[in-house]
Amino acid sequence: MKLKQLESLLGTLQQFSNPKLELEQYPTGPHIASRMLYTAENSFGDVSDKVVADFGCGCGTLGLAAGLLGAEHVIGLDVDSESLEIASINADDLELEMDFVQCDIRNLVQRGKATTSIYKVLVSMPSELGTLHVGQIVDTVVMNPPFGTRKKGADLDFLSMALKVASQAVYSLHKTTTRDHVKRTALRDYNASSAEVLCELRYDLPQLYKFHKKKEVNIAVDLWRFVPQKNQRNTL
Amino acid sequence: MRLLTHNMLSSNIKGVTSGFPLRIEAEKVVEKQVELNAAFLKNMFAKIEWKPFVDASRAMGYAELPDEAEPLMLESDEFLQKFHHALLELHLEEGALVCPETGRRFPVNKGIPNMLLHEDEV
Repeated sequence: MKLKQLESLLGTLQQFSNPKLELEQYPTGPHIASRMLYTAENSFGDVSDKVVADFGCGCGTLGLAAGLLGAEHVIGLDVDSESLEIASINADDLELEMDFVQCDIRNLVQRGKATTSIYKVLVSMPSELGTLHVGQIVDTVVMNPPFGTRKKGADLDFLSMALKVASQAVYSLHKTTTRDHVKRTALRDYNASSAEVLCELRYDLPQLYKFHKKKEVNIAVDLWRFVPQKNQRNTL
Repeated sequence: MRLLTHNMLSSNIKGVTSGFPLRIEAEKVVEKQVELNAAFLKNMFAKIEWKPFVDASRAMGYAELPDEAEPLMLESDEFLQKFHHALLELHLEEGALVCPETGRRFPVNKGIPNMLLHEDEV
């Protein structure tokens, strides 16, 4: 599929009808979404035939873009049921299969010490207890996380979880102003073996909320590709 | 929700030590055909947990999968087709996912499981 065609299809999707300020719900526009997934697939082969998870999927734009580019199984996770309903409709409209799970990203994977039974073998270990069971199933995580303007640190919470879940790569958007901090945190604290800015994009935020004074605002965002350390927590 | 997703989900209620796998209560299951991708299936076979997957498929009304499976079985088209069908063509539309330790039900509506915890469960 060509980039223009992808962008055009994503432009037909329904977006948030009542965006929730506290969740920083902004649509991921077709311009950014198409470029993000197109790069992931064409430069790195991280999409087609893969299992892709869209964290904070909202109306499903990124996950659906992955589906359009040949992802074999796509899962969208979000805390908000209204968005997930819209995302379901979008998936139907594009005739794509996409599974949705309503959950809190903060509870996705947690650290704890436990005795866990893993298919007949009892193991005592620092275990990951959370909504997502430890495993290698998810290849790629794609996301446009909250920037952390409402819940401080939300952007990094998402990144931390993504690096625990993805076995191959994480694609994410973060404000350019946070570039150094994101890189340092990913490499030092979140077990990323690499953290690269693929390109800088302009994110057009339309006037969605009453407190927005300008009709439209333009934010510089970095498209990142992170690679998790291999198998530190997955050796069961 | 398809069973490949179910194989990834667990209950993370406070105090629960092993929330996987979630037991399926199926009220409405829908079948939707999708193209079989043999390479993908072989890849997934190594990654999923087989017994929870078989139990889940039976709860969804599909009884064709064997209790135990080996990679060699992937050479058989018949097995591959059954594996494909259970993994990717069965959708849980209405029902619940049940925590194996506490019995707490996570409802599934319109194919979407709600895994959000109540305040006292976090």
